Amino acid sequence: MKKVYFDHAATSFIDKQVLEAMLSYFKDFFGNPSELHFLGQESKKAVEESRKTIANFFNCKKEEIIFTSGATESINLAHKGLTEALKNEEKPHIITSSIEHKAVLDSCKHLEKLDLAKVTYLPVNEFGLVSLESLKKAVLPETRLVSIMYVNNEVGTVEPIKEIGDFLKKLNKKREKKIFFHTDATQAIAYLDVNVDHLNVDLLSLTGHKINAPKGVGVLYVRKGTKLIKQQDGGGQEFNLRAGTENVPYIAGLGKAISLINNKDIQKIKDLSKKLTVKILKIKEVFLTGHPTLRSPHINSFVVKNAESESMLLLLSDRGVAVSAMSACNSDLLQPSHVLKAMKVPENLLNNSIRFSLGKNNTLEEVNYVVKNFKEVVNYLRKLAPKL
Amino acid sequence: MSDFGSLYSKKVTDHFRHPRNMGEIRNPDGVGTSGSPICGDVLRLFIKIEKKGKENFIKEAKFQTLGCGAAIATSSILTTMIKGKSLKEVEKINNKEITKTLGGLPPAKLHCSVLASQALEKAIENYLSK
Repeated sequence: MKKVYFDHAATSFIDKQVLEAMLSYFKDFFGNPSELHFLGQESKKAVEESRKTIANFFNCKKEEIIFTSGATESINLAHKGLTEALKNEEKPHIITSSIEHKAVLDSCKHLEKLDLAKVTYLPVNEFGLVSLESLKKAVLPETRLVSIMYVNNEVGTVEPIKEIGDFLKKLNKKREKKIFFHTDATQAIAYLDVNVDHLNVDLLSLTGHKINAPKGVGVLYVRKGTKLIKQQDGGGQEFNLRAGTENVPYIAGLGKAISLINNKDIQKIKDLSKKLTVKILKIKEVFLTGHPTLRSPHINSFVVKNAESESMLLLLSDRGVAVSAMSACNSDLLQPSHVLKAMKVPENLLNNSIRFSLGKNNTLEEVNYVVKNFKEVVNYLRKLAPKL
Repeated sequence: MSDFGSLYSKKVTDHFRHPRNMGEIRNPDGVGTSGSPICGDVLRLFIKIEKKGKENFIKEAKFQTLGCGAAIATSSILTTMIKGKSLKEVEKINNKEITKTLGGLPPAKLHCSVLASQALEKAIENYLSK
């Protein structure tokens, strides 16, 4: 059976060149980077070269790149670490959005529960966009952190990160106490401008496994002068912000993956996504979710009237097509997507979402195969459903 | 074909992939519709009754379902559990028995079996009210 992987926003395959870049640090150069002997130094070199590659990519200094185990850890460190660093000041206020990844939302809830921070969750419009105006209105004298995701993982909407960054930069000039700006750039890294000085962000989180590096490695960018308290205690690794022996092979792999990001792949994914979306929207009563134009090229998300997410997913999986969705029925908490809810998607469509997320190795033939099978599955499920 | 390993039992997977008795019955003797406010699933059960002596039997049963894999599987197995049985026997079927017959359901999906038993109850009620 043909196998098509359209779930790159969940995780991606490891690029051959990335794997190649990692192998020698498993086999030959296994030293601890903290050690002074030749094997330790070989590992140290790998970590620092990766750091340099990534710093160049973000247009920042090497010392501003902190390796972590992934975006979840980076996000936790950013929110909790910053809040803890401000603990001798007035209780900080955090502004975030209602469509963030759980790592952000639950980090914020954790801080609220411990009474360490106040949090405002900004609404979004029907396209999943945070408005700069509502953010401006939410700013309080004690606001110290704004945390808005770059690209929403469920619907692909690109948030106005540069506009927010510019606004905060100007505002900070007039303020005694700085408002720091964090963005979860997990879904944006391979597709959008992540020059931290263009965006005016102070903190940026990412993970390797969405960009053809392995799972279990990520980065937190920390702008110089942003004080964080480390959340994982132990050794003094990562400029004393993240204890634990460095994951050398994975760090080497992440550097390689970032160096492989290129415009040709982006354009290819953009073209395929466009073709896919046009074909899918020709099916009756299927609607695009997220913004029609301000969206990341790899995420194509829809809601389908009279066809439930999990059933679509499982039947497509039987046909060799791997896609994903969020619905009450495939969440352990029996809650529909908080993103679609925040976008005020009608209730009868909340559990009918589906997401096709493309990667650089997908082809037009695969797009056609997926569209054909998707049509058949939707028709079948609609026939099965009661006429209401 | 691979199974849905960690998600569903073999029986649930089978009934989801090959639903029995799907569709509707024209001029049914009873119809029951149940919906879950939790996840938006809707299940509709049609029954046709036949009198044999003093007893009423379910001669035919069909379903239509909008919902997840478990919702489709519980509807399907329910029709096989009630077909040919007397109303007396069928009235005793509860959601626990449906779940058991399916070889179990994940905890988050137990409400699907409740949906099925509710549709059955309503279909019988609908028949008896005629």
